[in-house]
Amino acid sequence: MKNYLSLAVGLFGIAVAGPITAGSSPQSAPAPRTAGPAPQQAGAAAQQQNANVPAGNAANGRKLFVSFGCYQCHGYEAQGGSAGPRLAPRPIAYAQFMKYVRHPTNEMPPFTEKIVKDAELTDIHAFLRAQPAPPDVDKIPLLK
Amino acid sequence: MKSGSVDRRDFLKSAAVTGAALVGSAAAAEGQTTPPAPAAAAPASAPLAPREGDPSPEADIVTTDRPGGDFMVDVLKALNFEYIAANPGSSFRGIHESIINYGNNTAPEFITCCHEESSVAMAHAYSKVEGKPMGVLVHGTVGLQHASMAIYNAYCDRVPIVVMAGNSLDATMRRPGVEWAHSVQDAAAMVRDFVKWDDLPWSLPHFAESTVRAYKIAMTPPMMPVLIVLDGGLQEDPVSDEVKSRLRIPKLTLTSPPQGDAGAVAESARLLVAAQNPVIIADRLARTPAGMTQLIELAELLQAPVIDQGGRMNFPSQHPLNLSNGGRGLIGNADVILGLELTDFWGTVDSFRDSLVRSSRPLTKPGTKLISITAGDLFMKSNYQDFQRYPEVDIAMAADAETTLPALIEAVKRAMTSDRKTAFEARGKKFAEQHANALDRSRSDATYAWDASPISTARLTAELWNVIKNEDWTLVSASGNTSNWEKRLWRFDKHYQWIGGSGGAGVGYGAPAAVGGALAHKKHGRISVTIQGDGDFMYAPGVWWTAAHHKIPLLAVMHNNRAYHQEVMHLQRMGNRHNRGVTRAHIGTTLEDPFINYAQIVKGMGVYSEGPISNPNDLGPAMKRALDVVKKGEPALVDVVTQPR
Repeated sequence: MKNYLSLAVGLFGIAVAGPITAGSSPQSAPAPRTAGPAPQQAGAAAQQQNANVPAGNAANGRKLFVSFGCYQCHGYEAQGGSAGPRLAPRPIAYAQFMKYVRHPTNEMPPFTEKIVKDAELTDIHAFLRAQPAPPDVDKIPLLK
Repeated sequence: MKSGSVDRRDFLKSAAVTGAALVGSAAAAEGQTTPPAPAAAAPASAPLAPREGDPSPEADIVTTDRPGGDFMVDVLKALNFEYIAANPGSSFRGIHESIINYGNNTAPEFITCCHEESSVAMAHAYSKVEGKPMGVLVHGTVGLQHASMAIYNAYCDRVPIVVMAGNSLDATMRRPGVEWAHSVQDAAAMVRDFVKWDDLPWSLPHFAESTVRAYKIAMTPPMMPVLIVLDGGLQEDPVSDEVKSRLRIPKLTLTSPPQGDAGAVAESARLLVAAQNPVIIADRLARTPAGMTQLIELAELLQAPVIDQGGRMNFPSQHPLNLSNGGRGLIGNADVILGLELTDFWGTVDSFRDSLVRSSRPLTKPGTKLISITAGDLFMKSNYQDFQRYPEVDIAMAADAETTLPALIEAVKRAMTSDRKTAFEARGKKFAEQHANALDRSRSDATYAWDASPISTARLTAELWNVIKNEDWTLVSASGNTSNWEKRLWRFDKHYQWIGGSGGAGVGYGAPAAVGGALAHKKHGRISVTIQGDGDFMYAPGVWWTAAHHKIPLLAVMHNNRAYHQEVMHLQRMGNRHNRGVTRAHIGTTLEDPFINYAQIVKGMGVYSEGPISNPNDLGPAMKRALDVVKKGEPALVDVVTQPR
């Protein structure tokens, strides 16, 4: 009926996606081969690098994050999911981000300059940086 | 007038044996039919005399109290069918009437469905819960066509179902028009590639023998659907005294499932005990609760991590050795991998990249020993390719894994030394720590987008868990991808709490499987819950009426991401690969403009509903109210507008 290859197309999806093969249908059992969202955020060094990048427009970045379909794999808040890892609130370094989006090494669709401009990527990165930290897990009764 | 007319099939058989001359004689002797007259030339204005074999226009037998369908019901009762799911169809009106009247609509009870795909998917889930087939009746030709995708799902999922399809074989006895369109020479041909066995009984004794045989074949691993084609005449015609004297129902003796070869079991145990980093992976392993118990014993003996691929409820989600989310790292580090009823061994130990140039690479390190135990190696067909890519394993046991585990456990015990036991204990502590860390990470990960709208799948899953965790619950189905949050956050520790998915990934399984699973759980008093994908919902939504009509308690929570999300991503992949962008990927892949109000749809079919809910703070109270309805024995649905995954 359809092609139900399990997709893991997200940005830097290589670390979280299992083997991208049939059998882990999104319509069927929770697939163990696709691990849940895992942080793909950068460490302190990357945050340092992010301190010196073009400011970008975070509000426009949010819109672009939706219009370019980034949310389909990474979620509207860039929180990540089985199809793509978490990107925010501490995104990877700006330079690495710009490079990976153009030439992804895993199954994320390549976004060329024809599809998305550097300035637009800059705004998306600004949106990712601007995302607030999540609430403390210990303060959410349902997660205790 | 009562019965006593000649059985049509036996009549025809007699004719074949004794020659045409006896046909008229036999019929005349019964005194109930007009002897066929030769089709001689007649004046154009005069009505033509009936041809040989045509139904008699003057038959005066108008009733019978001994139709063949009654005996068919005797057979179904002997096989202990609890339910027969069906959308009504005239090609099986005979047995339908026998079920509800002669059989008193009890064991089997007729479950009214609005689509044959629903009937089969309901039976699919029921069979996995109960460990025995449920029956399905489908209308001739068109009903079987409707049912075919669901049959394929059950075939791929190795699930026994007994499907019975109506047909009208004798062309001269068919009603003009529709009955012809719904009749077929070889009904089973349409699905023969994905049923394990089929037959077209030619008599009632034949029906009994073939149905018992079909049941036995379906229940022999690898279990699969079977098909019996029911001729309309056989169901409806009176049973002659001669046939009656031959009616009996054969004894059913189920086949003992095949166990792995003793030498292969011993060698596997030796490898597992000697391994530094063994990994156990299970998919469709635990057919029964015993399978889960045995897997726990084996894992604890070896202190080996388990990856539960979820084809069945194989291993407790919060067992310290459950490292199902550790997939790639564990596989890459393993020196021995034991695969138990894996659907796709190759795909488990290899990665595949779907890019412009497709590529693959092994995930395992060189020298890793692969052991496979699967009944799938015992029975395979060539046309449909669900068998996946050829896995290059080191030991391949063509056997039922659940049946083989006790022998493997004993072999491991025999191969164990005190040194190895000490090493295993240290290994187990390491994995327990990893498991605990993974659980903590899951909780932490769930906080991201916790208050977002659309509602995150983590929030939806956590809210649902909060409502059911103190109940005797079961997750009967989960359609649409929720990023595996159920397995990450919930405590699955009973075999009946999960039955796996569709098998063939044919969308439309989720809703009817949830209803069928809930039907099976009903008598056990369990709270059945499902997370219902919106795309799946729309295939055959009439199943919600079935749930309401038959008072099937089921708590359904919509994962309403307003798209065929998987397909959106495929379109994105194509758009970018072709350098045309993703901005039009929603065309043909989304369910918006207008949005669908699922609560309103099911409400119209008599199901309690709430939503659509977009505020996460409204979710918990709505689920609690819905659960109260379910506890009264009825279905309820909460529509939740969600993030994509």
